Amino acid sequence: MHALLNSKWSKPAVFLLCLLPLMVLGWEALHGELTANPIEFITHATGDWTLRFLVVTLCVTPFRKILHLPELIRFRRMLGLFAFFYACLHFTTYIWLDKFFDLSEMWKDIAKRKYITVGFTAFLLLIPLAVTSTAGWIRRLGGKRWQQLHRLIYFSAALGVIHYYWLVKSAVIRPLTYGAIVAALLLWRLFASLSKRRQLRVDAVAVRPVLNR
Amino acid sequence: MLIRRPTDLTYSDVSPKSVYTQRREFLRAMGLAGVAAFAGASAWRIGMPFDEVHATSKLDVATKSPFSTTEKETPYNDVTHYNNFYEFGTDKTAPAKNAQKFRTSPWSVSVEGEVKKPRKFSMDEILKIAPLEERIYRHRCVEAWSIVVPWIGFPFIELAKLVEPTPIAQFVAFESFFDPGQMPQAKYSGLEYPYVEGLRLDEAMNPLTLIGVGMYGETLPNQDGAPVRMVVPWKYGYKSIKSIVKIRFVAKQPPTTWNRMAPREYGFYSNVNPNVDHPRWSQAKERRLGEIFKRPTLMFNGYGDQVASLYNGMDLKKSY
Repeated sequence: MHALLNSKWSKPAVFLLCLLPLMVLGWEALHGELTANPIEFITHATGDWTLRFLVVTLCVTPFRKILHLPELIRFRRMLGLFAFFYACLHFTTYIWLDKFFDLSEMWKDIAKRKYITVGFTAFLLLIPLAVTSTAGWIRRLGGKRWQQLHRLIYFSAALGVIHYYWLVKSAVIRPLTYGAIVAALLLWRLFASLSKRRQLRVDAVAVRPVLNR
Repeated sequence: MLIRRPTDLTYSDVSPKSVYTQRREFLRAMGLAGVAAFAGASAWRIGMPFDEVHATSKLDVATKSPFSTTEKETPYNDVTHYNNFYEFGTDKTAPAKNAQKFRTSPWSVSVEGEVKKPRKFSMDEILKIAPLEERIYRHRCVEAWSIVVPWIGFPFIELAKLVEPTPIAQFVAFESFFDPGQMPQAKYSGLEYPYVEGLRLDEAMNPLTLIGVGMYGETLPNQDGAPVRMVVPWKYGYKSIKSIVKIRFVAKQPPTTWNRMAPREYGFYSNVNPNVDHPRWSQAKERRLGEIFKRPTLMFNGYGDQVASLYNGMDLKKSY
């Protein structure tokens, strides 16, 4: 498993896998399978994949720890950037095929419709993360500040789920499923950080007698 | 008797040209080539023979109606593959797949309540209540898309005449068929079943209000509400209840499914109204299936001449 994840082919393979949803969408478009309302279908498909990639990105850290697979970190940036990529497609579909670049119409929509307000906010939060995803930016910001900034993904994912929940008419099972998964992933982080802090305190107590001597 | 639908369909021969023209207009308007794959999709699809064809049979239509619109009919394939019929799943394409085995024969509709002659009608009897008419109506979904459908049916008032409502009757309550065995997807839809709807008696008796038994010259496909449904063209689509098994004349306003689920969002009246938004989205415009640009939504879906007087003196912002 470790060798597989570390292989030089693993990254290109994951990259292609991440492009698969877009390729499927293109295939469906060519074969006329975008339903009678293709614009709605594309909007929903790209939105779905944004949420899925946010979830997969949030899975990386817990899976690394729980499964003892530290090399999963190699894929985190790519997964996060793919979440941003599908979010861009989703937003582009909205502003182009739904609003036809009518910016005043778009701003009215964003201000007035709660589900669009939160969806747009979730998208905005991803922009600084995509911009600072390079090694250069990690160096410039310093690891700690960079990490703090990138916690914005927690809010983006949560807002993404709310966006979905607020737009469905009655079938809330799917948005609630996303909500449960995101909540579990965030709670895992909370507990992990609490137990780490407790561990530090225990260590500090253990160390003190030595220092007192 | 059910016969397989023949494959030489007239509408699939007719539609592609106009759709291709639309696509060209759109591409010119956008001036960008990247959209070609997406915009071309609908044209490609309509040009192809459709799958999942299900058995319907021809219906003889005696008369054409002056109430029909001259607008272009939505292709049959769109009206049968883009449905809201939550008993069969909430995805638009789910009913076309999941309703195929729905048993619509034998079928009967019980008409009861405040009537002098309560009665159970078999499907054969329903088809003989009045001469069948074709009515080409606009149909506007609350989700801001619309279609133009050549329905076949007869005015609801013809049924009412047979059962003779008493003066106590002020409303009509409708109930859909429900069988969790045949509709296993229903439990994920977030709605309570059986689906129920209602109309004020004068709305039901309006000449526009139709009991629908067919469309496009044939009996109703399962996913479009076979074998008998309501067609109330000036109200949002969910008021036109599908697969009816019970019609009850009642004194008080009956509960309705979507109103029960979210009373702030779906009122009892649910008249198409571009000036009253859904709390979460605008109702000012709609996308006609097959078109790229949205068009303005018309008050009462364009049927104001026939129905506006039903609501004289009412505040339609409150009675949404």
